[in-house]
Amino acid sequence: MSPSTVALALISAIVATGSIVGFFARFHHKMDLEQWTVGGRGFGLALVWLLMAGEVYTTFTFLGASGWAYSRGGPALYILGYLPLMYVVSFYILPPIWEVGRKYGLQTQADFFQVRYCSSFLAACVAIVGVLCLIPYLQIQITGLGLIVEVASYGTIHRTPAMIAGFALVGAFVLVSGVRGVAWASIVKDVLLLFAAVFVGFAVPRIYFGGIGPMFAALEHAKPAQLVMPGATKDLGHQWYITSVLLSSLGFYMWPHFFAASFTARSGRTLRRNAVLMPLYGITMPLMFIVGFCAVLVLPHLSNGDLSLLTIVRNSFPAWFLGLVGGAGALTAMVTAAIQLLAGATLYAKNLWRPIVAPRMTDQQVATLAKIMVLILASGALFFSIYSSMSLVSLLLVGYAGVAQFFPGVVLGLFSRRVTTAGVFAGLVTGLSIALFLMLTGQDPYKGLNAGFIALCFNFATTGLVSFLTPVRAAGFEEALHSTAAVPSRKDVSPTA
Amino acid sequence: MKRPSLGSILLGLIPFAGACFSVTLWDRVYPMVFGLPFNLFWLIGWLPLTPLCMWAAYRLEVRRESNDIRAGGDAR
Repeated sequence: MSPSTVALALISAIVATGSIVGFFARFHHKMDLEQWTVGGRGFGLALVWLLMAGEVYTTFTFLGASGWAYSRGGPALYILGYLPLMYVVSFYILPPIWEVGRKYGLQTQADFFQVRYCSSFLAACVAIVGVLCLIPYLQIQITGLGLIVEVASYGTIHRTPAMIAGFALVGAFVLVSGVRGVAWASIVKDVLLLFAAVFVGFAVPRIYFGGIGPMFAALEHAKPAQLVMPGATKDLGHQWYITSVLLSSLGFYMWPHFFAASFTARSGRTLRRNAVLMPLYGITMPLMFIVGFCAVLVLPHLSNGDLSLLTIVRNSFPAWFLGLVGGAGALTAMVTAAIQLLAGATLYAKNLWRPIVAPRMTDQQVATLAKIMVLILASGALFFSIYSSMSLVSLLLVGYAGVAQFFPGVVLGLFSRRVTTAGVFAGLVTGLSIALFLMLTGQDPYKGLNAGFIALCFNFATTGLVSFLTPVRAAGFEEALHSTAAVPSRKDVSPTA
Repeated sequence: MKRPSLGSILLGLIPFAGACFSVTLWDRVYPMVFGLPFNLFWLIGWLPLTPLCMWAAYRLEVRRESNDIRAGGDAR
């Protein structure tokens, strides 16, 4: 058998195993909308941990972190910087979000805006922005799948057909299993990826340099600027680091799928304990940087930094090992994409389509529409991945600049009575316009600052100012509890006129 | 919603100060620790230090909650 056959066969076997685990997890659970989206709100510490560990072991950290360490150097460290800090933020905001979620039976992020600000319009805007921001994130997963198959087939299978096949698989996986299946499949991918990361991270520097220490000494000797900021870039210095770390750590739980993942928890305390422990999960992350830094010296002429980890694995180990690493990566991309598709599709069906087009839809019909949306969203992301060539990290930063704009609405909504619907809406529009303008005109970073962070500052200022100028009308959940007109039922948040 | 206590917010600011705002102080290669450049080593250090800070914040919040319950207040 040729090496590529061995590698590809092993990748397929791993993906199949993960899918089967996910598929069997649905048994013993009736699949209504609430079970499909939030797992019946019965997940304990372990399952929530697995869903929330989404960011730690994804295609992004796996291929993207090593890719940026290879192509940019020092600035890639921002990924390691924000990792523990996003959990610090979650410690304060997730338990109250969960509390509201339980009280009103929330399933999506837009549901939260619906009950807090009593505005279907604002909720629909949040849903649109959320779905649009998920597309670059989905794109990361599809591109990752494509890269893996391309490297594992030794270039014989082109990226495009690989991405198409991968996405057909993800679509099918989401449709049959729902969030519970995704959580169980996460176990398989976390174990595999943990193993792959530790082994590759220690073995690669050992093979080429005799250890991690000698590798860094050699790199420092050959390219002294690579290891500190701004590394191989001109404008990603310390200011960029601080603003990007802040944007990412504040924005992380504003991703619709991570926001919604908090609703799967059994209690607010589960979420808080999770927040305390989670940074430890990132302890293998530095190994990804190490592999990327090794590749700088070993493979100096790669066309695409995101290929560095896979290529170095292919050149250093037997084909079956490439298959193992590739399989772990492929399953990870699938699981992550599945979570995102689930969140995006539910947002669209529940908060956009039903309130605006068909208010009389039943939950069952919403579930069907959400499943159709899974396919549409997946094809949209597929289209963009075929026609775009951004690096994985750059894609993620674009998405963060968008979702982070929800932060003022969520946090002020939780802890302040004074914030108004008009204020949040004005802030959101300001933030998004500034982020979009700076990015489309190629001014990110703007004067050394992360464009999304600048937008977030303006967003906060606008939210505060407009809230101050407008009267507090629907004062959010506490009052909504007592007025029957605006009260969404326990089972479902129905649109209010 | 009840706001988190000042003490627990201050504890949460420690990791932000250590891993984010102070970047100019530790973004350097030397002294290398365990063969790692200093900036990488520093950030790895915050992976176990952050849970330590947040564990303290957790204890603080739990104690506050049980005090609230005893006082017959809103048990959030």
